[in-house]
Amino acid sequence: MSGPNTDYDPVEVAAVSPAELEAARDAALAAIADAADLEQLKAVRSEHAGDRSPLALANREIGALPPQARKEAGQRVGQARGAVNQALAARQEVLEAEHEARILVEEAVDVTLPTDELPVGARHPLTTGAELIADIFVAMGWEVAEGPVIEAEWLNFDALNLGPDHPARTMQDTFWTEPADNHVVLRTHTSPVQARTMLTRGVTEEAPIYVVCPGRVFRTDEYDATHSPMFHQVEGLAIDEGISMAHLKGTLDHFASQMFGEGITTRFRPSYFPFTEPSAEVDLTCFVCRGTGLKGEGPDTCRTCRGEGWIEWGGCGIVNPRVLQACGIDSERYSGFAFGMGIDRTLMFRHGLEDLRTLFEGDVRFTTAFGSEL
Amino acid sequence: MKAPVSWIRELVDLPAEVTTEVLTDRLTALGLKLEGIDSADITGPLVIGRVLTKEPEPQKNGKTINWCTVDVGEANGTGEPQGIVCGAHNFAPGDLVVVILPGGVLPGNFVISARKTYGHVSAGMICSVRELGIGEDHDGILVLPPDAGVPGDDVFGLLGLDDEVIEFEINPDRAYALSLRGVAREAALGFGVPFADPAVRELPAADGKAWEVVVDDPAGCPVFAARLVSGFDPAAPTPEFIKRRVEQAGMRSISLAVDITNYVMLELGQPIHGYDADKVVGALGVRRAREGEQVTTLDDAVRKLSVEDLVITDDSGPIGLAGVMGGATTEMSGSTTRILVEAAHWDAVSMFRTGRRHKLTSEAGKRNERGVDPLLPGVAADRVVELLVEHGGATAEPGFTLVGTAPERTAITIATDLPARLSGIDITAMTTVESLRAVGATVTEQDAGTIEVVPPAWRPDINDPYDLVEEVVRIVGYDQVPSVLPRRATGRGLTRTQRLRRRVGRTLAGAGLVEVVSFPFVGEATFDKLGLPAGDPLRVTVGLANPLSSEEPAYTTTLLPGLLEAASRNVGRGAPGVALFETGTVAFPADNGAAPIYGVHTRPSEAELEKLVEALPVQPQHLAVVLAGERRRAGWWGAGTDAGWTDALAVVRRLAADLGVRVEVGAAARMPWHPGRCALVSIDGVQLGHAGELHPSVCAAYGLPARSAAVELDLDALMAAAADVTPGPDFSTMPLAKEDVALVVDAGVTVAAVEAALREGAGDLLESIRLFDVYTGEQIEEGQKSLAFALRFRAPDRTLTEAETGAARDAAVARAAELTGAVQR
Ligand SMILES: [Zn+2]
Repeated sequence: MSGPNTDYDPVEVAAVSPAELEAARDAALAAIADAADLEQLKAVRSEHAGDRSPLALANREIGALPPQARKEAGQRVGQARGAVNQALAARQEVLEAEHEARILVEEAVDVTLPTDELPVGARHPLTTGAELIADIFVAMGWEVAEGPVIEAEWLNFDALNLGPDHPARTMQDTFWTEPADNHVVLRTHTSPVQARTMLTRGVTEEAPIYVVCPGRVFRTDEYDATHSPMFHQVEGLAIDEGISMAHLKGTLDHFASQMFGEGITTRFRPSYFPFTEPSAEVDLTCFVCRGTGLKGEGPDTCRTCRGEGWIEWGGCGIVNPRVLQACGIDSERYSGFAFGMGIDRTLMFRHGLEDLRTLFEGDVRFTTAFGSEL
Repeated sequence: MKAPVSWIRELVDLPAEVTTEVLTDRLTALGLKLEGIDSADITGPLVIGRVLTKEPEPQKNGKTINWCTVDVGEANGTGEPQGIVCGAHNFAPGDLVVVILPGGVLPGNFVISARKTYGHVSAGMICSVRELGIGEDHDGILVLPPDAGVPGDDVFGLLGLDDEVIEFEINPDRAYALSLRGVAREAALGFGVPFADPAVRELPAADGKAWEVVVDDPAGCPVFAARLVSGFDPAAPTPEFIKRRVEQAGMRSISLAVDITNYVMLELGQPIHGYDADKVVGALGVRRAREGEQVTTLDDAVRKLSVEDLVITDDSGPIGLAGVMGGATTEMSGSTTRILVEAAHWDAVSMFRTGRRHKLTSEAGKRNERGVDPLLPGVAADRVVELLVEHGGATAEPGFTLVGTAPERTAITIATDLPARLSGIDITAMTTVESLRAVGATVTEQDAGTIEVVPPAWRPDINDPYDLVEEVVRIVGYDQVPSVLPRRATGRGLTRTQRLRRRVGRTLAGAGLVEVVSFPFVGEATFDKLGLPAGDPLRVTVGLANPLSSEEPAYTTTLLPGLLEAASRNVGRGAPGVALFETGTVAFPADNGAAPIYGVHTRPSEAELEKLVEALPVQPQHLAVVLAGERRRAGWWGAGTDAGWTDALAVVRRLAADLGVRVEVGAAARMPWHPGRCALVSIDGVQLGHAGELHPSVCAAYGLPARSAAVELDLDALMAAAADVTPGPDFSTMPLAKEDVALVVDAGVTVAAVEAALREGAGDLLESIRLFDVYTGEQIEEGQKSLAFALRFRAPDRTLTEAETGAARDAAVARAAELTGAVQR
């Protein structure tokens, strides 16, 4: 192997012999193949392909050769240099790829490390539950109506056929604002929103009323696992020509299956509400046993419905014409249906909540479980 | 209402295959909702035994037991006397008693077996009323009447233990079902079988001679019936069947005379009052009470009467609260032999008001305030007399006083197809007519598909065509209603406000906040805890006349108390940090006077409706946030950071950015915030609320980490400011030119002021400006600070030259110098 010749004078040098040229090329190729990393390859490149490498020198000598020898020497040197450059490029590529791969390996992390620097937020299931219900009705072309929680007594009671001596007024155990003879109450149901809708919008053939009213209501119930002085209701009201209990049943069946799944339906039982006549209690297929009344496959009865196969969901009926009258709607021409149920209770069913109070405690572990949509 | 099945079956001939379950299912479908079924929890053999011998045997423990032999006939399989140890003493040889034999089970799953005790083998038990679960009254052995039967007879029937008692939930419109008469009528209706109406009685002619009665208020008391018996034996025992039925219905057996009035009330639904006739002075009167009058009722309460209360009087004045509770002065006692029987029909509203006024609930009041059949008074009084004669040895005195007559029922005209139209069920005219007749109405067919219906006397709830529809549909069956979706709804989707409210919630949840729903009740202590000064406007609340807790007698004016309590609860339960939000109503008094009460026969006018709305408190929607403790968690990446005033403002700005609203922020001092770390947030100069660090005293009061922060904003105002339709932004894609400037200003100059000045001076080429450093220290004079801003310039149409950018920067700095005294470093 010939090393660089520092005191080289081309004029004095004889033509590079083919053997020397071959040896220089082979030495270069061997060195390239031996280069273990890009650093070494760089050194090899300067030694075997640099300006002072034997092949470069040989190339430079070609010009000093007699013309007849130039062509052949030129060809030989060119081939040798070509082979070396090609090998260099190939090795460069391999080593670069290896280098990149190694970096990626070295940069590997433990992806199981926790990443919980930022807290996760959530919306309350009472909010998202009310939205879910609203969306079911909006999809049917209904609108969502709202009203104040502190309401005029006339709108909360009288307009809804609950006269001053109606037993329901005490049954409902109302919060009265001071002074009590101001006739202002914390609304005991969302029905005054229905009254307001009828009073302000009226009904025409082109614009029937189909509204759903979710909201917060109050009754003077002591706070326990199943009662709360504040809870949430959703009520619905449809006023149109030719409305019947069949439409009420169709609407509630649809609501039930959207809320609880296919196969969940409703059952009516005669009942009494001043706002409606005829009135009915609405039962819902028990979604735990799906109406069988049994716990699983076994002989035990279902705990949720106590073996009934049905659970009480809410009340409903045909809007009492007296209510239509008080709200300025022609009861000869239009009829309507109304229904109401607890949102809290509905969510307790749907999500298997045991204690109503978990809804109002504000424990983030409860709320974050539900995320931002139900 | 509790109704024994045996009593129902006595009044209606139900087929044998109608089990109690079938019966209750059918009645529930008709509107009498099943609450529960009581049945004796006893398994036999339970038989009559005759005590043959009874040997007292004193024991070492001081007790004396009785070693008895009892003849139980063939019930024990041998016919030999049964040896039984008994601890009670209230019986004697020869008495008939109730014996449970080994193998039997008493209530409470008490299994009886032959066992060795006190040196004998006791093979069974002689039972007390309590052990049988049929009463609480006596601890002693139940001794049967001598004619009860012979030893070995099964006693289930005799004691009514084979009887089930159905408890119904009775809706206000079915007051008639607060009687066996009503329940049995429904059962008959449900199974299409005959009904023996116990109210059908042959009555003597009314002659006014039973007792003199003067009704001054026929509106309050349309019908008053009185009868008199004498020679009543006050010591006569109540027959077993009356006693049992009264107790099955959930009432206490008191004395024969009282039990009979209760029995007849249960049977017919008509409340009855019995007076000791010897204590009544002169004529009975019915009138409204007078100012200052009072009466002592049977419960020994002295009741001050209202001029609206209906009272019964004699010459001594009021002697009872009419229809609700009798008085003490004329009460029947253990020496009463002459009984004056009163059965009257009362105005339901007056009964309701009196009951409510005196906080009195009685079985009589419950029925009278819901409406009783006005044809019943004479019938009920006659039935009571019959029973007093039969079981109390009394003599019916001649004479029957009946004042007033039952009000006429008005006929209701309805179209025969109305039930079909309103129910959606295919109900024929014939079914309509038959159903209404089945409930007791008188139906007259008119021409052109209409009928005239007179409701039965016992149904005061039926007044409108729709009431009749309910009767028809419940008989046809609510389960027949088809399920049809209405198709005409043409709603416009959610309103803008509804969509914005969802957007606010999602944005806050996206910022890592958790929503809370809390109660809106507050009191002075709540505001004290917030450190609100006396006279703070937030202390002016809408008060509650009947709060659940006297500590929290008002509707809240701020959402912070509920949120702070929730934060405190979370921290108390071990949360290292908590970020909460709530949206909800707060209320401020309107002081516009009372809300009117209008009639209900016509729609109120627009002006009247406006008056209603004006009387209501002002009820804006608020938004509040509380950030306490760790906001960004510590971890393997490094230290965490606790929530502080910046986080509160960051939430506000994030929300504003999402809604496309520009909020302004300025310093403020307002409890419950830290006076130096509280920002007033406003839009176009209109105050929206506050944000910042909580006052240390508030953090301490709620047990929250120091530097906890809070926000409370008027959500209505914020949402109103949100861009309705956001115009698409216009932005340049030309190259950006950056210039950083560091300005030294007095420490008291706000960043907002400097930034505003820079913005103003920089002109239209300025794209954005952002403070990136605040420095105080050695290189700056005391009392000053250095603010470093990154200015970004861009032109809409060209690459800016260095000269242009430099000129804009210089102009910005010059304006800042002019307006805020800033000096470039
Ligand atoms: Zn079930």
